[in-house]
Amino acid sequence: MLRDYLPILVQLIAVSTVGAAILAVSAWVGKRRPSREKLSPYECGSVPVGNARERFSISFYLVGMLFILFDVEAVFLYPWAVVYKSLKWFGFLEMFLYILVLLAGYLYIWKKGALDWTR
Amino acid sequence: MTPVQALDFIRVLPEIVLASCAILVMVAEPFVSARHTAALAWVSLIGIVAAGAGNAWMRRFSGPAFGGSIAADPFASYFVYLLLLAAALTLLGSVRYLETNQVHHGEFYALLLLGTTGACLMVAATELIMIFIGLEISSISTYILAGFRRADKRSNEACLKYFLLGSFATAFLLYGIAFIYGLTGTTNLVQLSEKLSAPGARPPLLWIALILAFVGLGFKVSTVPFHIWTPDVYQGAPAPVTAFLSVAPKAAAFAVILRVFLGGLASAGALVFWLLWISALLTMCLGNLAALWQTNIKRLLAYSAIAHAGYVLVGMAAAKAAGPEAGEGIASVLFYLAAYALMNVAAFILVAHLAGAGERYQEADDCTGLAYQRPGVAACLTLLLVSLSGFPATAGFFAKFYVFRAAIHAHLIGLTLVAVLNSVVAVYYYLRVVVAMYMREGNPRASASPLPWPLGAALALSLVGIFYLGLFPTPFVRLANLAASPLP
Repeated sequence: MLRDYLPILVQLIAVSTVGAAILAVSAWVGKRRPSREKLSPYECGSVPVGNARERFSISFYLVGMLFILFDVEAVFLYPWAVVYKSLKWFGFLEMFLYILVLLAGYLYIWKKGALDWTR
Repeated sequence: MTPVQALDFIRVLPEIVLASCAILVMVAEPFVSARHTAALAWVSLIGIVAAGAGNAWMRRFSGPAFGGSIAADPFASYFVYLLLLAAALTLLGSVRYLETNQVHHGEFYALLLLGTTGACLMVAATELIMIFIGLEISSISTYILAGFRRADKRSNEACLKYFLLGSFATAFLLYGIAFIYGLTGTTNLVQLSEKLSAPGARPPLLWIALILAFVGLGFKVSTVPFHIWTPDVYQGAPAPVTAFLSVAPKAAAFAVILRVFLGGLASAGALVFWLLWISALLTMCLGNLAALWQTNIKRLLAYSAIAHAGYVLVGMAAAKAAGPEAGEGIASVLFYLAAYALMNVAAFILVAHLAGAGERYQEADDCTGLAYQRPGVAACLTLLLVSLSGFPATAGFFAKFYVFRAAIHAHLIGLTLVAVLNSVVAVYYYLRVVVAMYMREGNPRASASPLPWPLGAALALSLVGIFYLGLFPTPFVRLANLAASPLP
């Protein structure tokens, strides 16, 4: 039984050795010529403007959280779509109910004003 | 994998009814004006009653559902009734409470229903992943409920503590499930018990899996040493929520312990027995000793809830020790949980009323002289406390009696002796509140307003139940025995 886990152990050792080796070699061989440009935080290529530590609206978190919720739930549509034809009416009804529940949630947050940015 | 049939859906009828009702209440909430929020409570109550009717109706269709991940058997049915009862009593006790504390939002009822749904799934599940999903549904709803008084610091503290420690414990359970799957290749309890009882099947690391799963579930039923969160959360959470918290998730987790440790993992005998034995001993003693020093009624009842979990564990240890005759122990546990549910929910919702707006008066001293101002309320609380301490003629007495008898039949004399001594000690702290109400003069600070009718109805229902179980336990014992029969 325990022998089955041996490959995992080998993998663990291999990964940590290779990882550590790459870091060590680049620290040892690599050259360092820091400049202002290079030390500034990387923002996908655009020039950073001002400090990131400022207050912003609580709505940002609310909308962000709701987005994640609906996004994750939409992911379930993909595997369903793949096997849709073999599931026939049963699959359609199941997904219909699922979306209906999501819609109920959407209605709720909308009516509660969670999507209202200026509130 | 057999295709899903209509029968599968019938076998989860109570859960479907509860969840649909919860969604209905949730969506209706923003459309209902604040003055009519109580209507949502009655809709939820109808949902609970309908779920109970569904549970009764589907008795004819018992059997496994959804590829063996759910079992509609008498065991699940018994617990579903119990959970629905706890939810209904909580709901009746919380309508006026929410109004006086100005947190009357319809979401409360939706969350209560969803929490019950999760607990119902837990008790019906015969598959570890399904158990986990049920646990999460019930936990997440109750985390939010614990922090329902948003403006109150203690309620926030309770919510955060419960959430952080709860998710930590859930991780333990999940890790245990992962271990079990890694060792046996299945998460289905029936297959698990077949694989483990096969000759020569002794996975080397099973003990780790057992301990991890026990830690996760032990947190939910607040066994010592995983009880640290209990007093703080029970004190901080709104009192009706505490009533629900102290019964529904706990009873569901006990059902899971029965199904997993006496069903699926039954062949790992000795370790499970000692786990139950040791935690029973610690939980009883520590719960009762700590309760002796409490002056706050909510904290006192929290420690008493811990001690009661200890007595339930005595019954479980007895079932485990009895081997093939486990039925008596399991039935005693089921009876105990029913009595406990009636007493505890009623006690907490009554405390919710006495504590008044903002829950300012939670101390035992706040009830000084209550018996002279409100004899009815004082008598009601006295009866509940007396039943909790296990006086004859009340449900608490027969609950303890059956558990202790099962323990003696299983030759656990030492443990039974400790349990009896503990119940003697417990009388002292329960009566402290009674003494304050009856034997001291003074004006009670606790709310002396008359009982609102929904609360009165809930209390009357529980008291009738308590005396019925205390005076005529036989029919109910038969029921508990029937419910215990699906387990080996």
